[in-house]
Formats: sequence, C-alpha cells, structure tokens
Amino acid sequence: MSAFETTVTEVAGVRRGGVAAAAVEHRAGIFEMTQAAEDAVLRPKVTGAVFSHELRAALAARIARLSGDDVLADRHLARAGAQAPLADPSSRDDGAVPMLAFVDKVANTTRDITIEDTSSLRSAGMADADIVRLCGIIAFMSYQIRVIAGLRLLLADA
Amino acid sequence: MSRVVHRFTRKVPKWRPRVVPVKLEEATEAQLDALKVTPSNTKVSDYVLTLAHDVQSLKVRSPLFNAILYDPGGMSRAERELGAIAASMVNRCVYCAAVHADRHAKLEKDTSVTDALFADGADAELGPRDRAIFDFARKLSEAPPAAGPEDMTALRDAGLSDEEILDLILSSALFGWANRLMHVLGDPVREEVGA
Repeated sequence: MSAFETTVTEVAGVRRGGVAAAAVEHRAGIFEMTQAAEDAVLRPKVTGAVFSHELRAALAARIARLSGDDVLADRHLARAGAQAPLADPSSRDDGAVPMLAFVDKVANTTRDITIEDTSSLRSAGMADADIVRLCGIIAFMSYQIRVIAGLRLLLADA
Repeated sequence: MSRVVHRFTRKVPKWRPRVVPVKLEEATEAQLDALKVTPSNTKVSDYVLTLAHDVQSLKVRSPLFNAILYDPGGMSRAERELGAIAASMVNRCVYCAAVHADRHAKLEKDTSVTDALFADGADAELGPRDRAIFDFARKLSEAPPAAGPEDMTALRDAGLSDEEILDLILSSALFGWANRLMHVLGDPVREEVGA
C-alpha cells in the first residue's frame, strides 16, 4: 500500500504526480497509518458480539451519508451486506433505534452529548466494551470524512 | 467530591470515565501490549484503559496521533495545536481543549491567543495567520464540514504552503476523532477542595 492507495486519497481524488501529491508524499506514513486505522476500526480481527464487519460498514456508510459524502458512503456500503439498510439515515430499524440515535448524535451534534446518551445504550443492554467500539467507529469516521473534505479543498485550490 | 467542568480552561481537569475501564490486573496480553505496559511502566490513565476495550484500534491510534501532532516539518507544533483547539471548541470537548490550549501556551510562551479564544470564542481577536488557521479548522470541524474555497484562500493569503495546510487538515480532523472519544466516554472533573 502507498499513500495514494488509501481510502482518503482515492475518494478525494489525489493522484501520484498530481496536485497536492508532494504534500501527501511528505506525510506518506500518516496516510498509510490512516488506512491501517480504517482496517482496525471497521474490519478488526476481534469484533465483539455486536459489531460485525458488515454492521461496522453500514454505520460507516450512514455517517458518511449524513455528512453529505455519497462517494465515501457508497464505498463503505459495498461491504455492508445484509446490514445495508441501516446505512440509510432515515432507517429506523426497531431493534437498532437507541444505537442509531446515538450514532447520529455523536457524529453530528457531539457538543450536546451527555452522560444520559451513554446510559441509554447501557439501558438498551449494550456492554461497555461495545459502547467503546461504537464510539471508535463514529470517531474514526468523523476523522476520515474531514481528511477527505480537506483534501478536496486542497485539490480544488490548485 | 468532584464537579464536572463546563467552561473552557487551560487548567487540565481530571477525566472521569462514563463506562468501566479495563482493569489492568485483568488485561489480556493483547491489551497489555497495546497499553505498552512493562514492569517499569505500569502507570496507565483511565482514558487509555477505557480505549483498551477496543484494543486493535488503540494500537494503531497512538502512533497516528503522535505522527500528526509531532512529526517534523510542515506546520509548526503550536499551529497544529490551534487546529486541535478549534475542533475541541466546536465539539465542546473541555478536556481536549484544556490539554491543547495548555500545550499551545507553553510552545508559544504566551497565553494571549488561548485567553482570547476562551473568552470570546470564534469572535476572538487573532492575528491574520492565526485567524485563517482557526477559522479553517473550526469550519472543517462542523458537521457536515463547512470549510470552503474562501477559507482556503484565506490560508493562502496568510502565506501557508500545501504542506502546512495538509498538516492543519490532519490535526483538526484528528480532533474530530479524539473529541468523540474523550467527550463522549467521560467527563472533565475537578476535585472540590474543603467541605
């Protein structure tokens, strides 16, 4: 893998030898680690009981969609399998309501999160380790979305 | 007794988890490895012990965080901290804002920028370069990200190179990640002194 073969550079459209390529190459290690982070967060070896790779991909696609990044959303959706319906931000699957409400709030109105929001997941029966995993997915996606948004601005500015 | 800190401050609070952290004595080998626990290093924060529930992420996250904030070249360390502060203010992560405002003040040997930001928020009076950096990072941190071509123009007018702008994108985006762990999984608290 090179810095130009990662989700963020491919989705943003940064190409070797093209605009912003020298800056990306200067931070090649960071782009490679960013891809390693995606692999660890969305496709870990140990998933825990709740968050299968498909569910993680569906939530990633949902967060990207809510952020208005359909290219990134479709890329994650391709791995969502049977969980794909959860990627639709209007989806309100009965069994997943507390989790989806949490995902949407942490992704988009982080500042308003209170202890009640984490308590609501516990009340819905989610284990602490899974709450941490869920936050990790939302948090990583928030990073990925903003790296891509920034790279697109850098490309457009050339 | 302790109380939750709601106002931005440079005085770093204590972080109190909202979930039960991994207990060091019960940690698995993979967790101990990610925590970098060795016989000579057994001090691990509650925050890192909380993240140890998700050990594979923790292991890749620490080197990435360090690289974005500390790798040489590109944007100055203090300006990368400004990106972190802007994101933490948007997401209202009082703990992250405190840690990085404290670092900014120490690196710059000057508290005036973070004093102004914490007193007046986005309207704070800043020099033109800090203004362009803060505004770009603040807007990129909104959900959805709201930075636009005019913010990029302001960075160029302030003299930033591609390499510096990329470091700003990375440091502010990184705190889109960090804030959503720190602010969501715990509270910044201060011990009350006396009865």
